[in-house]
Amino acid sequence: MAVIRDTMAEFDLFQPASIDDALALKRRYGKTSWALAGGLDSLDWFKDRIKRPEVVIDLSAVESMRGIRETDDADGVEIGAMTTLTEVAEHAGILSRFGLLADAASKVATPQIRNQGTIGGNVTQDTRCWYYRGGWPCYRAGGNICYADTPTAINREHALFESNRCVAVNPSDTAPALVALDAKFVIMGGGGEKVVDAEDYFITPAKDITRMTILEPGELLTSIRIPGTWAGARFYFEKVRDRQAWDFPLVNIASAMKVSGNTIEDIRLVVNAVGPRPLRLTDVERQLKGQSVTEEVGQAAGELALLGARPLQHNAYKIPLMRNLVKRAIRGTGARA
Amino acid sequence: MSIFQWAQNPWGQEILIRISWDLLYLAIAGGLAFVIGHLVYRAKNPPKTAEVPDIGDAGKDIPEKIVRHSLAARLFHWVMAITMITLLVTAFFPILGIQFNWVPIHWMAGIVLTAAIIFHIIHASFWLNLRNIWISRQDWAEWKQEMEHALGKGEPPPKTDKYPVDHRIYHNAILVTGFGVIVTGLLMMVRVENLIFARNSYLLAESTWGWVYVIHGLSAVGLVGLIITHIYFAILPEKRWITKSMIWGWITKKDYLANHDPERWVVTDKASK
Repeated sequence: MAVIRDTMAEFDLFQPASIDDALALKRRYGKTSWALAGGLDSLDWFKDRIKRPEVVIDLSAVESMRGIRETDDADGVEIGAMTTLTEVAEHAGILSRFGLLADAASKVATPQIRNQGTIGGNVTQDTRCWYYRGGWPCYRAGGNICYADTPTAINREHALFESNRCVAVNPSDTAPALVALDAKFVIMGGGGEKVVDAEDYFITPAKDITRMTILEPGELLTSIRIPGTWAGARFYFEKVRDRQAWDFPLVNIASAMKVSGNTIEDIRLVVNAVGPRPLRLTDVERQLKGQSVTEEVGQAAGELALLGARPLQHNAYKIPLMRNLVKRAIRGTGARA
Repeated sequence: MSIFQWAQNPWGQEILIRISWDLLYLAIAGGLAFVIGHLVYRAKNPPKTAEVPDIGDAGKDIPEKIVRHSLAARLFHWVMAITMITLLVTAFFPILGIQFNWVPIHWMAGIVLTAAIIFHIIHASFWLNLRNIWISRQDWAEWKQEMEHALGKGEPPPKTDKYPVDHRIYHNAILVTGFGVIVTGLLMMVRVENLIFARNSYLLAESTWGWVYVIHGLSAVGLVGLIITHIYFAILPEKRWITKSMIWGWITKKDYLANHDPERWVVTDKASK
């Protein structure tokens, strides 16, 4: 069980200056190593002494993983994984073309955390299930029980969808926005570079109960590419949380919609914090294409989005919450467009 | 190498979680070591073709094709084989690093196996001769004789009943491990989402769950070793007549006379029990 000690167990700290050096360290130390981005997820683990890596690879000196660059793709951008959330939220190009992401990034935690936290860390962060974070030997921690899915468990923040033994949720705000924007994640590892769709970066416990993403121990997420496909579309992002000042989402929603007149030509709709990965509502998207943007269509989309939802003891409130968020994403005016 | 995995529960107590996966590698290594050892032994002591005795007029009532496994028995065997392989693949591939959505396939295969075994118990109890598969004192004595003969001592063992003693030993090993995985597997189903049982992680005490997982794991890794050796013997040239009988149901009169004692496994008509 977690004991807050405020001092971390000792480890060897490496501060590579290039991706190649960082990967060489990952290869050398394998599973005993830990890649440190902004440190906001990592330091909790270290101070609670639940995760005790022997080697920490601090990526803050890798300049090539920082910054926002234009790409050859018209209107596309590439964001280094070590770019801070504040930089993403305030970048002129992101604001003008991908306001959805700027909006999502600006709603992460607090200004201080956004100044330190990175976009790579935000999408790769571990779940916040407190049984797991508290060091209890649950499925995700390698045990054989989910403490959050029992008759007496406190599971108000847990999953409605895709729970498979573990009912923890993905807590990222930027992840659903990136999935809605059809972003590509660039992963470097022993086999070179691979580029995956944002929605394929995240995995469910059915695939691997001990991980939230496809990242292997010897790999690094180095950048995120956003194609120009959805630049300037009608966007909507909304995050519902207990404390407006600083909290993880109870549910958040990100949508990118191309509208002609009042007719939806194309749409990508993603909800997070209701399952172990950002949930793209592909069935709803299919039904919405060609429909008019109306209250009734939004209502029907909200109902359809909930098919397959299985609430736990204390999180049934997420059902009307998600239904209404979907409705608002359809009929809303957009946060920034 | 450790045998068990332990963890600390929220109250700071050490609790049993499951077997150590080192045992999986041990079972694979053990199975493969047996296969390699047997291949070496076989190369030094090539199997002899069993002689077909001349039993004169006594053989005129013996048909050319002798039923060894009924259709029901063969269906059970192959359903069990498919489900066992499915269960082992879905259980152990993720541990070996091949990740996929294994839980639903695993419990569904487990249910099919359970149903098949219930069918087999009923079929064997009422339509087959259970004595064919139990191991008697005489069987143990003959097995000892067989082992000593294999090591170059003593006379060869007498020809067998319907099932050789090593088959009976194997069947009973499968019986023990099979029941181990099925009983514990059914209990474990209440801890995962499925269509049959409501989820209830508190059905048993924490330490009892640990033993359920240990028995499930020990039985499963035991099956890994058993199945490796079973497949190995099934594909050996001198055993293929038995393997073919599990496909077609019958053996030839020649194989029958060469390998079985007609007085111990009496065949008088087209079928035998």
